[in-house]
Amino acid sequence: MAAPVLPKLVGQRVKRREDPRLIQGRGTYVDDVKIAGMQHIAFKRSDIAHGKIRSIDVSAAQAMDGVEAVFTGAQIAQILAPMPIGTPFPSPEHRAVATDVVRFAGEPVAVVVASDRYVARDAADAIVVSYDPLPAVVDPELAMTGQPTVIHEGFANNLAVPLMPSGTGVSPNGKSVDDTAVDRAFAQAEVIIKQRMLNQRLVPNAMEPRGVVAHFEPGKGTMTIWSSTQNPHILRTMIAAMTGMGQDQVRAIAPEVGGGFGAKINIYAEEYVAAVVSKQLGIAVKWIEDRSEAFVATTHGRDILGYVELAAKRDGTVLGLKMRLIADIGAYNMLLTASIPTLTMLMANATYDIPAIRTTLTEVFTNKTPTDAYRGAGRPEATYFVERAMDMLARELNMDPADVRRKNFIASNKFPFQTQMGAVYDSGDYAKALDAALVHSKWNELKKERDAAKAQGRLVGLGLSMYVEVCGIGPSATLPTGGWEHAQVTVERDGRISATTGASPHGQGNETTFAQMLADQFGVPLEHVTILHGDTAVVKQGIGTFGSRSQAVGGAALHMAGTKAKSKMAKFAAALLEAHEDDLVFENGMISVKGAPARGKSFADVSQYAYIPVPLPEGLEPGVSEEAFFEPSNNTYPFGCHISMIEIDRETGEPTLLRLVAVDDAGHLINPLIVEGQIHGGLAQGIGQAMIEEAVYNSDGQLLTGSFMDYALPRAIDFPRFELHSTVTPTPVNPLGAKGVGEAGTLGSTPSIVSAAVDALSEFGVKHIDMMLRPEKLWRIIQGGQA
Amino acid sequence: MTPVSINVNGKVRKAHVEPRTLLVHFLREQLNLTGTHVGCDTSQCGACTVLIDGRSAKACTIFAVQAEGSEIVTIEGLAKDGQLHPLQNGFWEEHGLQCGYCTPGMIMSGVNLLSENPSPSEKEIREGISGNFCRCTGYQHIVNAVQNAAGRR
Repeated sequence: MAAPVLPKLVGQRVKRREDPRLIQGRGTYVDDVKIAGMQHIAFKRSDIAHGKIRSIDVSAAQAMDGVEAVFTGAQIAQILAPMPIGTPFPSPEHRAVATDVVRFAGEPVAVVVASDRYVARDAADAIVVSYDPLPAVVDPELAMTGQPTVIHEGFANNLAVPLMPSGTGVSPNGKSVDDTAVDRAFAQAEVIIKQRMLNQRLVPNAMEPRGVVAHFEPGKGTMTIWSSTQNPHILRTMIAAMTGMGQDQVRAIAPEVGGGFGAKINIYAEEYVAAVVSKQLGIAVKWIEDRSEAFVATTHGRDILGYVELAAKRDGTVLGLKMRLIADIGAYNMLLTASIPTLTMLMANATYDIPAIRTTLTEVFTNKTPTDAYRGAGRPEATYFVERAMDMLARELNMDPADVRRKNFIASNKFPFQTQMGAVYDSGDYAKALDAALVHSKWNELKKERDAAKAQGRLVGLGLSMYVEVCGIGPSATLPTGGWEHAQVTVERDGRISATTGASPHGQGNETTFAQMLADQFGVPLEHVTILHGDTAVVKQGIGTFGSRSQAVGGAALHMAGTKAKSKMAKFAAALLEAHEDDLVFENGMISVKGAPARGKSFADVSQYAYIPVPLPEGLEPGVSEEAFFEPSNNTYPFGCHISMIEIDRETGEPTLLRLVAVDDAGHLINPLIVEGQIHGGLAQGIGQAMIEEAVYNSDGQLLTGSFMDYALPRAIDFPRFELHSTVTPTPVNPLGAKGVGEAGTLGSTPSIVSAAVDALSEFGVKHIDMMLRPEKLWRIIQGGQA
Repeated sequence: MTPVSINVNGKVRKAHVEPRTLLVHFLREQLNLTGTHVGCDTSQCGACTVLIDGRSAKACTIFAVQAEGSEIVTIEGLAKDGQLHPLQNGFWEEHGLQCGYCTPGMIMSGVNLLSENPSPSEKEIREGISGNFCRCTGYQHIVNAVQNAAGRR
């Protein structure tokens, strides 16, 4: 009987293999983990933004029924060193639990361990902390003057990073800066666009708040830690270091993780505290973040102020760009905090061949929740600043926004392209993406539609934005953890395949896409492949999922390991079939001789032989289990073009997004269905930033948007149906040609919407509107006020 | 402690609870029905949505004692005899989930929506699920999933 013909799966819209458990409520998230004898942790947090701790009275908490232990910051400091960061910048001491000074509202000041979460919370509420309040500073430009307060000793004027230059004429170490080319560009300019723009602070808000279960087993001397993290292997490394244990003694598990969006890369105070408390008490402990805690205790994103200047000729040719960036990083440096805004500098070249660019970056401490990665992480900010400036240039010159961009594109024959910022763009065809967007959106008709609407008195506008982002992060030189990824592919005795990946997913669907790849590679059914992840006891090594890297780096590692395993399978098959290993084909569950399909063995038979190798082919070890580390030679640079159409209600100022057309080029796609989902999600967050999301602090450093009642998380009614299209420009950086797509949606959508709003309100002479597009702000413009 | 007797997924469960115990914690901690999730503390996100006497409700918004005598269906009780509910199937077919955290609540809201309006328009679907947040999908595939369950895709 002939074997059934198996379809090729790479490139197909395969339904996700993760879903059956998740749609039946059978997934296991951190809060679903229970250990016998487990106790619950609650944190007492500072309710002021800046102050000296005068006293902490824990007596009432300690006396409560069910309270196991209470730790003040001083007590935690005895068992836990200050928290490390992962960037090479100077950083003030950061205690997991504050010992003497609190620097943002929400900073932990004490820890309660109790029999259940209600008791733990009651006890935390019963702790009385008195403070000597200090002045708070929430405006980074004010903080830079050292007024009204200096948050960290040794960091004068609150400068975390005083002034870092980058771009044309800057030496790689940043020490020597030659402004000649930039100055010449601006001297030659026929038109200069200048704008101060705020890329506002956002709250990531994964639907699953963070959580951790730490289980130290005294007899074994081992620690198992479950955490809602994007990178269990980094967690293991850090927990081992901070608990004084070996990495062989710590097992980190990322079970189902309910979204991350960058905010679950950082290793947090609560994870370290749970680990040391578990070790100290010899019991398992669980901490689950409330949403109200998440708003202040989980890192925020963005919050970069840009002073942008664009020099151009009147025909639209851009001569130079200046970008002075001020990043408000909040109260402390976290794992990657200081490096995020450097990505804004890195991507200042955007999709354009700009002859001279000068960027500078200053990072400032304020009394706010610290920032770190949030979907896009530095690249949406760069895209926003440059694309808004390009749009202002088009408006100034009365050019079509598409034309001014096309005039300045890096030509498709110039790749790999060395930018002014030191990046080497791997591949690109920006005109192709722009053309696709213009065709699919019917740009010329859209413009007529807008004009007709305007003629009727409606406030309708169009916006267009290009983007290019840096993805597939590594290489190792760019990450403190190393920038490779690891995979292992094992052919089991029965011919089924188990594979591990260090790219620990949290919604990306790697169990499906990676299985598609291996099923094709080995010519076996998808159902015969299992992808394992998220457990350092199962997955030997790994980095994690962030920076749109899981396919471009993790997928490449899997492909490499698969290639090695396949090569060994071919050797066993060659021995069985008395054929040369290069003459074999793997398909339809068979390994057979090319051109002679009857001369073949089932994949399962060859697998069985690999494990009972009698006789053992010369030079072979038994079994098939191969691993690979993939070290990318460069990043990938996916790109695209997003077009928006919005209407603003003349009476109320309320904006409505009418259309969003996205053309994204992420190279080769493994599963277009999953890619669409990733783009949709990114668009939703990009649109959310443009239209409704904003973390707002008052002058005392209180987060006014500290719950879903005040922070507008987008809902289904906030969006039209997104219109997705793609172009395909493979990357030469990895064997798959895949570039990564997780963050793309957050890049182009945001500036395209703001530009559309400016277009809609053009009759009022407005040139720029800072996000978000609050109706009141737009209404004031309509009423003749200023943005 | 107060005694409660609540029919959950077709079985009467008797237990003693603190009066302040939220229904969602009763389901998760005492009955180990951990498919119902907690995503906020202000009743906005809908991750804890269950059916109470046939209508969707946020299980973080009521106390377990208030559910005395009622019939509750959670995500675990939706599939019958190994057959997925059409909403569950729709989510799978249309890639209506990514991280899966909002999914149980989203599906239960979808069940309620289709029981009230078996053939909703796209706008009605978007309005019908607006008490449920999803941070991953941008909602488009969720809308498709509900349409699929309604036999419209």
